[in-house]
Amino acid sequence: MGKEIVQKTYEEINARIKAGEAVVVTAEEMVEIVRAKGPEEAARTVDVVTTGTFSPMCSSGMFFNFGQMTPTIKASKVWVNKIPAYAGLAAVDSYIGATEPTEDDPLNKVYPGEFRYGGGHVIEDLVAGRSVLLEAKAYGTDCYKGRKMKKEITLDDLPYAMLCNPRNGYQNYNCAVNLSDKTVYTYMGMLKANGRNANYCSAGALSPLFNDPHYRTIGMGTRIFLGGGVGYVTWHGTQHNPNVPRTEGGVPRKPAGTMMVQGDLKQMSEKWLRGVSILGYGSSLAVGLGVPIPILNAEMAAFTGVSDDDLVTQVVDYGHDYTNGIVRSYGEVSYAQLMTGQIEVNGKKVQTAPLSSRVKARQIAEELKGWIKDGRFYINRPAEVMPDQLG
Amino acid sequence: MYNRIYLLRFPKETSNDPVIYRLVKQYDVEFNILKADILPHREGLMILELKGTKEHVKSSLAYMTDLGVNVERLAASIRRDDDKCFQCGACTGVCPVGALSLHRPDMEVIFDPEKCTGCGQCVPICPVRAMEVSWGMEILEGEEAAF
Repeated sequence: MGKEIVQKTYEEINARIKAGEAVVVTAEEMVEIVRAKGPEEAARTVDVVTTGTFSPMCSSGMFFNFGQMTPTIKASKVWVNKIPAYAGLAAVDSYIGATEPTEDDPLNKVYPGEFRYGGGHVIEDLVAGRSVLLEAKAYGTDCYKGRKMKKEITLDDLPYAMLCNPRNGYQNYNCAVNLSDKTVYTYMGMLKANGRNANYCSAGALSPLFNDPHYRTIGMGTRIFLGGGVGYVTWHGTQHNPNVPRTEGGVPRKPAGTMMVQGDLKQMSEKWLRGVSILGYGSSLAVGLGVPIPILNAEMAAFTGVSDDDLVTQVVDYGHDYTNGIVRSYGEVSYAQLMTGQIEVNGKKVQTAPLSSRVKARQIAEELKGWIKDGRFYINRPAEVMPDQLG
Repeated sequence: MYNRIYLLRFPKETSNDPVIYRLVKQYDVEFNILKADILPHREGLMILELKGTKEHVKSSLAYMTDLGVNVERLAASIRRDDDKCFQCGACTGVCPVGALSLHRPDMEVIFDPEKCTGCGQCVPICPVRAMEVSWGMEILEGEEAAF
């Protein structure tokens, strides 16, 4: 052919974004492009592939500073709308987690508990501009004599509010069934007895880490779409585990990589941060997350060309195995199969339902595409990519 | 064949009458009781599916209205708050009649109130409580009044 092998740099891609010449497509659109042109030609054509995912992500929360009062206070207990927040930090610094229930929540005493309001809802309320009740207690010191604080605040009143999620965007997730003889209520939703339904939770072909399975371009400092605003990957997330069986294309066959992400809450939107209540389990936060993948070469084009047919996961029993720490698969299914609404488990046909919004995932990928095309969002080269092997 | 689901509210004076029996005898309609409840003040609430010729269904409804039964299409009393719904699809796994379903290949979650039988299973399953059943509150208020 005589054509040179494509090799682009971050700087070249950013220059094209600045010039308004960058070719940006979503991960769903990239599937057809790679299929039609092959990875080399696709890499020549496309500069950036945008991904997206929107679903409950429990390991989420917010660092905040709520400002001083007179006399000053060193808060040792903090509540926001009766939800306890962590106060073992400096005087008026705190962290509120998405799954923290209201102090007087009946939890699962009335089974299955509804968990109508939790830490995730506090974050949604704040980002939506609604006022919340902040309460703090302190033991008092010579430098911080205040003992109590109680005030209605909005996000504008907080000097600092940082969404900081220790684990988001799981690269693949289990398909959950319940092989026990009674209904169970899990973080994977309500699962009927004797394996009569199956729930799954991934944006599939649009999912960020499915499109860069070996984390070649994602790591500390990667600029991302987070909660409707701009955020950053700060490092690999908790439970990040790259050492799992993979397909020929390099994609994990079971849950693997994760990202820790953060961003200034004040530029985010309640459209992309939603408090959720999961029956019998608890509250959480649905997070909108989108990662741009720079197409540096044919390898990145091939990675981002992955389709729902190429992506697989394991069927896991949440009636007995999961809570007993038993690692066992009842079969491997592709996301394309899961999306048809029916899979086969132990020779029986089982109805499937998603927990992750494919529609919203697509909207995020489209929105991020728009930002890049408009020259409002550039691609960061990570200071360090996430580990592809852990010892 | 005309097939519709109705929400019936029976005043307490009628809750002892064999209304459904007469309905079948006189108007030749097929019925399927999807939900029936007697509330604390002895008023009744029923979700009833009626099947028959349009004429028969209409006259059976007129008969019940004459008895003082409040008749409403069930589809009118159930709604999805589209601002709240974020199209995850969890509800499609519990809806037994396909009123909540996924449109493929875009995976949009579709709600068809005409197919809904008012079982209410989707209400607590929805992580953002986007499904609203208006008669659910009525039962709650009834219970409160009983204390």
